[in-house]
Amino acid sequence: MVESVTRRSTDRQDQQFPMATPVKVYGPPMSTAVSRVLACLLEKDVQFQLIPVNMFKGEHKSPDFLKIQPFGQVPAFQDESTSLFESRSICRYLCEKYAEKGNTGLYGTNPLAKASIDQWLEAEGQSFNPPSSVLVFQLAFAPRMKIKQDQAVINENEQKLAKVLEVYEKRLGESRFLAGDEFSLADLSHLPNTHYLVNASDRGELFTFKKNVGRWWGEISSRDSWKKVVEMQKQTT
Amino acid sequence: MVVKVYGPAYATPKRVLVCLIEKEVEFETVPVDLLKGEHKDPEYLKLQPFGTVPVTQDGDYILYESRAILRYYAEKYKSQGTDLLGKTVEERGLVENWLEVEAQSYHPPIYTLTVQILFSSKLGFPRDENLIKESEEKLAKVLDIYEERLSKSKYLGGDFFSLADLSHLPFTQYLVDQMGKEYMIRSRKHVSAWWDDISSRPSWQKVLQLYAAPFKN
Repeated sequence: MVESVTRRSTDRQDQQFPMATPVKVYGPPMSTAVSRVLACLLEKDVQFQLIPVNMFKGEHKSPDFLKIQPFGQVPAFQDESTSLFESRSICRYLCEKYAEKGNTGLYGTNPLAKASIDQWLEAEGQSFNPPSSVLVFQLAFAPRMKIKQDQAVINENEQKLAKVLEVYEKRLGESRFLAGDEFSLADLSHLPNTHYLVNASDRGELFTFKKNVGRWWGEISSRDSWKKVVEMQKQTT
Repeated sequence: MVVKVYGPAYATPKRVLVCLIEKEVEFETVPVDLLKGEHKDPEYLKLQPFGTVPVTQDGDYILYESRAILRYYAEKYKSQGTDLLGKTVEERGLVENWLEVEAQSYHPPIYTLTVQILFSSKLGFPRDENLIKESEEKLAKVLDIYEERLSKSKYLGGDFFSLADLSHLPFTQYLVDQMGKEYMIRSRKHVSAWWDDISSRPSWQKVLQLYAAPFKN
């Protein structure tokens, strides 16, 4: 039986078993954007090295870090000489570069499937993420950081999120996953924020009390890849 | 079959129009009057359940979210018109990187400015001057990062005009024209040169000619 081994590129070359340098992801697993990339790497079975960035010490604003992420946000990413940031673009890149690895349907296997995934990835980025990120910060992080919660901001964003989830409830009554019958990047992209709202806030019912959204959340959050990410988050708190 | 694009008077659909022109793809437009609330009509919501523009209809195929539409047509017609994606996975990666920057960092503050400055009176609510000031400050910080980027790279995604640059056209046009904030672009040497370059493209000039904004300057 042949075992495939990931070895450093400085090791002796073996023509029969191509080596891959692990990609590098910079940032803490507890960051929603970092965990989005981690979930994708695990789905795609791509070897990676997670490099810690201590945000409490402001490492993400250091001159060295700003060279790889000029907005001073996590994650940053490197694949040999390719440097990227923005979690959703890193996910798209991973799916294209490593199309044959792991979950090969994650970004669709034909143009129409891919377009549907992009449509729901954009819906996530433009409609779901803004209110849900605010709620994640206010409800899950502010208390830990001893920052005062803003009830007006919480109410406003809860209303916005509820409206978005009405559209999702209808969609998920017609389709098993957001973009179609298969789990995709579009569903994956929702994992980080939803996880905090369901598990670390008292507003989980926004999701769990809706029949179709609740069913969908149960399915996507029980994937092995996401369970591993949650484990990584627990290990570093 | 000609692709239909809904809502051409508005900024977001104009991303799609300029892309289709760059890709030499024929299209038709269907007006949607947001001020009359046509985007909330049951018929429209069947096409676009979030009630926003644009949506495209290509025969039976319906697609929404402007940047998803951009990606679909840029790939479908990769071999004709302008290459808006790059030739390798790595080049595409950088294009996607800066398209996400536009979506996540540039768009929110400039969209808030658009709604507050250009649409508030039409939609019947008072301008929030604090929000306008905050949004301008946020946008200025993003433009500072663009200035640095564009001092090292001719276009945002690399040395070629791509979806990453194209996506900025409609709302930046509002910024320099109707919002009267051209100084934000002109005070930054490389951003200014980049803006002149991308906004003078025949495709963009054609969009401006054919589809007027829903208000006068």
